[in-house]
Amino acid sequence: MNVIAVHDGQFGYRGHVAVRADLQVDAGEFVALLGPNGSGKTTLMKGVLGLVERVSGTVELFGRPLREFHDRSLIGYVPQRQTAAGPIPVTVRELVRSGRLARKGLVKRRTRLDDAAVADAIDAVGLGDKAGAPVSTLSGGQQRRALMARALAGGATVLLLDEPLAGVDQANQEALADVLGVLVRRDAAVTVVVVLHELGPLEPLVTRAVCLDAGAVRFDGPLETAPTALLHLGHDHDPHGGDPHVGRPNRPRIGLMP
Amino acid sequence: MSASVTTINVAITATENLLHYGFMRRALIAALLVGLAAPSVGIFLVQRRLALIGDGLGHIAVTGVALGLVLNRAPVPIALITAVTGAIGVELIRAHGEQSAEIALAILFYGGIGGGVVLASQAPSGSRNLTQYLFGSIATTSSGDLATFAVLAVVVVCTAVVLGGALFSVSNDDEFARASGLPVMRLNLLLAALSAFTVVVSMRIVGVLLVSALMVVPVAAAQLVARSFRATFVIGLAIGVAVSLSGVVVSFYADTPPGGTIVLFAIGVFAVLLVASNVARLARRR
Repeated sequence: MNVIAVHDGQFGYRGHVAVRADLQVDAGEFVALLGPNGSGKTTLMKGVLGLVERVSGTVELFGRPLREFHDRSLIGYVPQRQTAAGPIPVTVRELVRSGRLARKGLVKRRTRLDDAAVADAIDAVGLGDKAGAPVSTLSGGQQRRALMARALAGGATVLLLDEPLAGVDQANQEALADVLGVLVRRDAAVTVVVVLHELGPLEPLVTRAVCLDAGAVRFDGPLETAPTALLHLGHDHDPHGGDPHVGRPNRPRIGLMP
Repeated sequence: MSASVTTINVAITATENLLHYGFMRRALIAALLVGLAAPSVGIFLVQRRLALIGDGLGHIAVTGVALGLVLNRAPVPIALITAVTGAIGVELIRAHGEQSAEIALAILFYGGIGGGVVLASQAPSGSRNLTQYLFGSIATTSSGDLATFAVLAVVVVCTAVVLGGALFSVSNDDEFARASGLPVMRLNLLLAALSAFTVVVSMRIVGVLLVSALMVVPVAAAQLVARSFRATFVIGLAIGVAVSLSGVVVSFYADTPPGGTIVLFAIGVFAVLLVASNVARLARRR
């Protein structure tokens, strides 16, 4: 079954199209969205979630049009963030708890089940000893793991991760890859879509590569058959990511177009 | 021993003196209400990095107050309508405008205060009365005001507690909240309405031009010593109540405007906690 289906999708900002794509993802796939900065990977992921304007086309999640899809706890989203901390101290547990809201609704009181799910998600990313610590005291890589725990806390079966490895040290990259490895091995139906500028320690997990450049899909297929030129486009990585003006008609193309 | 008994007796006599006056009883209750309501909303505004939005809503409320003075009607209900309308307008401008939003907000805020001052000058009583709504006055809270303030403050605090998780999620990470299917726009409008309620609750004691300080400063002080969002909330409310009550008492004896006194107390608490937390941090490093 398609858990994600984008047909003739055009996504962008203020009526301006930044990326066009057709993308169907089946349950159990591990899809890497690859491409250089400004290729439209992040915009495509946000388009699937309804976070950017859909100029045309359709998006379906679990076979339902996006607008009619209400079971958002099935989707775990890890946005691209350099930090998960705001001006007010927030503990890891408090942050991860906000991942339960999609499942339990706005006003229901917290139950023991919620607490257990939050604790499990924190343990799953290996931050059990930091649950009560303010997020701001964690390293960048640990904060990324806390965001991952937030995405897991609602019991999602589809994970959408936006550049989870960017700006993260090697040890934390491997920790993140381990978490995802355990998840996909434990449950064959878990689906992962991950925006990456390089594969790093996630390479052994990826079953399919979707390579974007200049706002369009250039390759879609098994990782092994992807042209190497398209897999290594991302070394000009900008830590702030996501140029909202990608695909502007006069924009000079970057990357290695065939 | 006897010295401390004397001190307690003096304090009791002073409290009796204060509570002897009906206006002081009302002023203290109004201070308690605003001390609870302002940080309850402020914590979410600070986390959303919109700390100064309450200031803008206060500016808009000035027009409502002035309208009340001109029409010679109770300004509190009219300010409530103006502030809520303004708050919803502000939120819609923020959501739909982009580059021009900041300028649109500036026009709304300064239009509010400009219009208010001009309108008030046409009031039968002149614009002298306006000052007490801008900076607070302990002598003016009526029983009718108190009833309105109590209802609004209870709504603000209860909503902040019951919907705290959702308001936290939206204020902390708007994109994640939208991806989780939360009704982000409605929650933002709700927060705007709660801010407007708080502006109105502050009208008599703190004043609409200073209420923003009471939304932000107790929370800013609390986050210096708290390690969690929940602790910041609780400590922020405690500081809000403490500075509001003590500000009213001091302004009674020192004959100072209560709004300014309360705000200076809040900043005093912030300064003390700032020094204390830095000293504690240095001590831990040694």
